Amino acid sequence: MSAVPMPDAPGAKPDTRVATPSGIEVPVVVTRDMTVDADPGLPATYPYTRGIFADGYRGRPWTIRQYSGFGSAEESNQRYRFLLEQGQTGLSVALDLPTQCGYDPDDAMARPEIGKVGVSLFSLSEMETLFEGIDLGAISTSFTINGTAAILYAMYLAAADRQGVPRGKLTGTIQNDILKEYVARGTWIFPVRPSLRLIADSVLYSNDVTPRFNAISIAGAHVRDAGCTAVEEMAYTLANGLAYVDELTRRGGDVARFARRLSFFFYVHMDLFEEACKFRAGRRLWAKLLRERYGVTDDRALHFRFGVVCGGSSLVAAQPYNNIVRVAIENVAAVLGGAQSIFTCAYDEAFQIPTEFSAEIALRTQQIVRHESGIAATVDPLGGSHYVEWLTERMESAMLEVMREIDAYGGVVKAIEDGWLQRRIAARAKERKEATDRGERVVVGQNRFRREAQDDGCGEAFRLDPDVSARVLAKLARVKQNRDAGRVERALDALEAAAATEAENLMPPLIECCHAYATVGEMVSRLKRRWGEFQEPVRL
Amino acid sequence: MSAAARPLAGKRILVAKPGLDGHDAGAKVIALALRDAGAEVIYTGLRKSPDFIVRAALDEDVAAVGLSILSGSHMELTREVLEGLRRAGAGDVPVFVGGTIPPQDRAALLEAGVKGVFTNDMPVARVIEDLARSLS
Repeated sequence: MSAVPMPDAPGAKPDTRVATPSGIEVPVVVTRDMTVDADPGLPATYPYTRGIFADGYRGRPWTIRQYSGFGSAEESNQRYRFLLEQGQTGLSVALDLPTQCGYDPDDAMARPEIGKVGVSLFSLSEMETLFEGIDLGAISTSFTINGTAAILYAMYLAAADRQGVPRGKLTGTIQNDILKEYVARGTWIFPVRPSLRLIADSVLYSNDVTPRFNAISIAGAHVRDAGCTAVEEMAYTLANGLAYVDELTRRGGDVARFARRLSFFFYVHMDLFEEACKFRAGRRLWAKLLRERYGVTDDRALHFRFGVVCGGSSLVAAQPYNNIVRVAIENVAAVLGGAQSIFTCAYDEAFQIPTEFSAEIALRTQQIVRHESGIAATVDPLGGSHYVEWLTERMESAMLEVMREIDAYGGVVKAIEDGWLQRRIAARAKERKEATDRGERVVVGQNRFRREAQDDGCGEAFRLDPDVSARVLAKLARVKQNRDAGRVERALDALEAAAATEAENLMPPLIECCHAYATVGEMVSRLKRRWGEFQEPVRL
Repeated sequence: MSAAARPLAGKRILVAKPGLDGHDAGAKVIALALRDAGAEVIYTGLRKSPDFIVRAALDEDVAAVGLSILSGSHMELTREVLEGLRRAGAGDVPVFVGGTIPPQDRAALLEAGVKGVFTNDMPVARVIEDLARSLS
C-alpha cells in the first residue's frame, strides 16, 4: 500500500554515521576510563557542569517563552494576551525588520517589510499599545533586538515609566549582541566600534537602573542556523562574550558585577546528546574562562545562564507535522542541558508566521515535557553517564580549539571586520547543504522516507492583514502630528551631541527621545550622522 | 573540469538580497555552488533596494538574476525588481527567487514573471540543472 522504504528494506542505505554532527567520532561503547573525570561533582559548584542551581528546575522551572509578534502593536498585544492566558510564563517580542534595522515605516526600504517578521514599534506610542493590559512589573519580557537594542530598551523603560512601574522592578532581556549580527542575521547598522560602545552603555546603565534585567544575551543561535556546528556555535559565542567582557572592562565596568547580568542564547538541533553536552561543556568553559582570565570568583558572576530556541533550520517544509516531533526531542535536549528559558518553534515556522493553532501546539509541547515526562524531577539526570561525561569533555576541548583559531587570527572583532568568520560560516553552510543533498544528513520526509506525492501541506495558512502597512503608516503620521516638535528636536540634538564622545552614557538621552515620541528612524539617523554605517565585506 | 561539471561556464549571474532580510546563508551557498558550476557570480551583499539590484544587473550585463528573500516580502520585492528590469528594457533577463516561500505564493511568483522558484529543501544540483537549462 505504501511506498515508504523501511530502513532494512533492500536498497535502503544502512546508517553508517559514527560521528556527531560536529564531527566528534563516537565509540560504540564508552567506558569510565575513557573520561578524564568521570564524576561531574555537584550542581551549583564550580565549574557548574551539572547546572548553576542546587535544586535545578524544582526551585526554578525554566521560563516558557514563545517568540511572537507580527503586524501592528494591536494585533501582537492580542496574541500576547492569548499566550499568557494559555499559561506562557514570559513574553518574547519579535520585531519587524524596519524596527530592527532602524528605518521608520515610511522609508522606502521599510515599506514592503512593515509588520512582516515581527511587530512594528516605531515609537513609544506602539510600545504602550503593545503592553496595554499587561503589567510590566509582573511579566518578564525578552526582545530579539540588536542594531537598535539600546533604543528599544530605552523605549521599554519609558513605557514602564508611563505605566508607573519602577524601573528597578523590570525583568527581561534584550538580545543586544551585535557581533553575531555581522556574522549572521544581518541587522547591523553602525560600524563595529560604535556599536560596541552602544552595547557597553546599555549594559552598564542597566546594571545600575534595572538590576534584574539582562541587558545582553550573547547569541550563538543565528550563526548555528547559518550553518556552523554545535561546537562552533558555542565557541564563537564564548569568543564574542569575551569581547564584550573586554569592552565593558575597558569602559570601567567591574566584571564581577556586570558578569552577573550576562546571558546567552542558542539553538538546539536534533542530535540529542550533542546538544545536551554542548550546554554542559559551554557552562563550565565559560566559568573557567572568567575565573582563569579575569580572576572572577563570585558565584553568580560565573553562572552561565542561557535561553534556547528549539527548531529553526532543523525544521523542514516537507511533511511539516513531523516538525512537532523534532521540536519535542529538541525540547528534551534543552532541558537536559539545563536551559533557563525555552522557546519551541511551531511546526509551520519553516515557511510562515505560526498560526494560533500551531503556536498552541508548540506551547503544549513544553507543557507536556515539563508536566508529564518527569524530566525536571532531579538535577542533571544525565550526570555521570559515561557517554555524556566523555562527550562533554570532547566538546569542551573542541570548543577551546576553535577559540584558539580565532585568537590566532587576531581576535573576533578583526575576524568579523575582515569577513573571515563570515566566509568560514558560509563554507560550513555549503558543507551542511551538500551532506543533506547526498543523504548523509538524514532529514525524514525530505531526503529519506520520502513518498511520491506526499502531502506537504500544513493545514491553515497564516495570512497577515493586508491593511497593516496602511494602518501603521497612518499611526506614524498621527504620532508625528501630535507630539511636541520642539521637545523632539531638543532630545535628538542632545542624543547626537552625546554620541560624539564616550564621556556620556547614551541611555539617558535615548530615554528622553523616547518620552518625546521621537521615532526609531530619527534616533538612528542622528547616530548614523556621527558614526556612519557598517560596510559589509561581501567577498564570498 | 569537463563542460558537464561546469554547466554554467561563461555565465554571469547576479545573486542579490533585496530588502532588509539578513539571512544570507542560502544566498551564499547558492552563490558558491554557482561559482563551482563555472558561473561568474556577482553577490550584492545584504540590504539592497530593488533599484540597486536592477542597476547592478544592467551594469554587470548578467545572464540571470537570483533573489534570495526569507522575510515574507517576496511578492512586493520581486515585483519591483521585475518591473524595474522591464522599464529599463531588460525584461528578458530571467529572474529566479529562492528563500522561504510559502507553497501558495510559488505560483503567484511564476505568474508575475519569475522563471523559477527554489526553496531550501531542493538539492543544489537541481537548482544548477534548472538554471543551466533555462540559460542555454
